[in-house]
Amino acid sequence: MENAAYLFTAYAIVWAVVFGFILVLFNRQKKLRQEISSLKELLQEIQPGNKS
Amino acid sequence: MNTNNILRNGLLILSFVLMTVSLYLVFVFVPTEREMGIVQRIFYLMVPTGWLALLSFVIIFIGSILYLVKRARKWDILAMSSAEIGIVFTTLALIVGSIWARPIWGVWWTWEPRLTATLVLWFIYLAYFMVRSLATDPERGARYSAIVGIIGLVDIPIIALSTTLWRGIHPGPVIFSGGLAPPMLLTLMVSLAAFTSFYFLLLQYKVSAKNDESLINTLRESIKSR
Repeated sequence: MENAAYLFTAYAIVWAVVFGFILVLFNRQKKLRQEISSLKELLQEIQPGNKS
Repeated sequence: MNTNNILRNGLLILSFVLMTVSLYLVFVFVPTEREMGIVQRIFYLMVPTGWLALLSFVIIFIGSILYLVKRARKWDILAMSSAEIGIVFTTLALIVGSIWARPIWGVWWTWEPRLTATLVLWFIYLAYFMVRSLATDPERGARYSAIVGIIGLVDIPIIALSTTLWRGIHPGPVIFSGGLAPPMLLTLMVSLAAFTSFYFLLLQYKVSAKNDESLINTLRESIKSR
């Protein structure tokens, strides 16, 4: 098992980056979708014909 | 469920299955190489990350050409999204390559043709982002970065052919020359497929996020104008 540390370090780095990347993307997408919904709601509220 | 969601879920499942199979092949199935030992298994990570560094740039090139010809923002979004993924995988390829080089060559880094050309690619990615951020208006930035995206492609064949054109310490081409035993070739191919599928999943997410950002800007403008 000589040099096993190199192998596990390489895989650990790549997988940490991959999971980090996915997490950041998922969170970003979630925030963007929430912002779109709230902006659409706001736009609907300030529509000229909207009485509410 | 719209087409985008079907595509995304399909890629998510495909990436997950292929990644799981590739990990099984790398750590359980594939035999240990005689000369390099266990550390040779980094090869199944190094080649796919390097492959994505190149694939990302080819997509940047296509997006850049189409943006300059058609001037449609969607092509700039495609190129920019691919660049954001590409720089991550180029960085990973350099790090993983360095980790592989230490036990095999005895050094973390050497100015060997393929390594140097890959480092040049990393700087081209950096230039792609820099020209965009330094431009005075976004459209000009998109144009400038598209030019970098087109010129930068020159480095791709240099990386691909570097082990054949120049004599370095990097091993020569093994995939198409029959230099790999069938179990090793299978493991490599599955790893490549897994990372390729993962790239397209990330690309889909990135493009979708950038489209959402554009929609948010449009909605804000509409609210302001009322």
